Amino acid sequence: MSHLDIEITQLKAETIKMWELVNIQLKKGREALINLDKDLAREIVLKERRVNAYELKLDRDCENIFALFNPVAIDLRFVLAVLKINNNLERTGDIVEGIAKFVTNVDHTFDKKLLKITSVLEMYDAAIGMMVDVLEAFDKDDTAKARKVFKQDEFLDDINIKANTIIANYIREPNENIESALYLLSIIRKLERVGDQAKNMAEEIIFFVEAKVLKHRTEKEKK
Amino acid sequence: MFKIESKNVNFFYGNSHALKNIDIAIKPNTVTALIGPSGCGKSTYLRLFNRMNDLIGGTKVEGEVLIDGQNIYAKGVNVDSLRKKVGMVFQKPNPFPKTIFENVAYGLRVNGISDKSFIEERVETSIKQVALWEEVKDKLKKSAFDLSGGQQQRLCIARALAIQPSVILMDEPTSALDPISTAKVEELIYELKTKYTIVIVTHNMQQAGRVSDTTAFFYMGELIEYDNTKIIFTNPKKERTQNYITGRFG
Repeated sequence: MSHLDIEITQLKAETIKMWELVNIQLKKGREALINLDKDLAREIVLKERRVNAYELKLDRDCENIFALFNPVAIDLRFVLAVLKINNNLERTGDIVEGIAKFVTNVDHTFDKKLLKITSVLEMYDAAIGMMVDVLEAFDKDDTAKARKVFKQDEFLDDINIKANTIIANYIREPNENIESALYLLSIIRKLERVGDQAKNMAEEIIFFVEAKVLKHRTEKEKK
Repeated sequence: MFKIESKNVNFFYGNSHALKNIDIAIKPNTVTALIGPSGCGKSTYLRLFNRMNDLIGGTKVEGEVLIDGQNIYAKGVNVDSLRKKVGMVFQKPNPFPKTIFENVAYGLRVNGISDKSFIEERVETSIKQVALWEEVKDKLKKSAFDLSGGQQQRLCIARALAIQPSVILMDEPTSALDPISTAKVEELIYELKTKYTIVIVTHNMQQAGRVSDTTAFFYMGELIEYDNTKIIFTNPKKERTQNYITGRFG
């Protein structure tokens, strides 16, 4: 194994570690949301520091590889992809932190009926599923798996679009829980952005494995 | 119109088949890098363009090598005229044991030019072209061996430029130079391509990336891939090219 191979293997392992941490944060966010578990929400906010530390470390590792090994072709594409995935993961971490902060701020439990009609939990599960799938695609250089995420993202977008009307109707009726309904709408927005981050990361995997740039392409063109 | 073309070129050292069916077309005013492991045929290929291989006994060329549309291996081609058109710079700086001035003037003198002011003017222009003038203008009568390695190599490039070729061949021109001299020569290559067509053999992948417009990867006498340098170094089409440039060869 060449020195560069060792560096790239280590970079991949570190990226996977960060990714797993972000996925755990995301899953904990779901638990905190369902159970209005403020302790768990505070734990998420605290652990976000570790995600940030990973981001700085991966940035530095990529910079060192560029400076010391002058990677080209697939190696160059891999390091470039990690640099961007690192940014996507950090943003995902921020989004989960935002969800956790909503949970700590909200006074009332979320209305079970509203949780059901907005499909927020299905949306949350789909977002977690996307993040897990893209991680697996990254680990195994599996672009077929990465491509599946584009379809899953459409499901998230659909729920996000419908949420406006649902929450608006809910607020029009006499309710004591309007504040938490608004928080819920914000959470749906955030989950939609998790989907976007996962999609961006899937595009980066396809970029480094197949050297294809899928950014700003239509869903049909991506297939 | 291409400046240099090779059509189905084969080359033999005795029974050894050193180049196999090489087809390349090089546009004027470009830099082409030839890369590949030692013994792959890239230097042999470079030396076809000024018929340097003619000097080695027992060799044979098949196919056509065209410069400005003329087959340089056709019968009746004047090799001296060809070498006026196609200058060459070698791996190690090889100035003649003469003064700095005479090194550059030599090519003109052997070509029968004796007009003193013409020679002086051409020597100055050539040395200025390689950005060496400020460093040597006060010691033109001193031996070329007094110069540093990097300066000697630039002097050799000036010597090649003095006879006003249109093609310059460079065989690992910076492999014996320090990073500062290397950077100067690379900068020079970049400037020279506005007037000349340059073909360079290099073992330094980063150098090929920095200086060339197109890159040809040779392996065991075959041309594996020839493409835009940006494509070769970001997304080569052939696995063997990728393995070579990423250092995973063999």
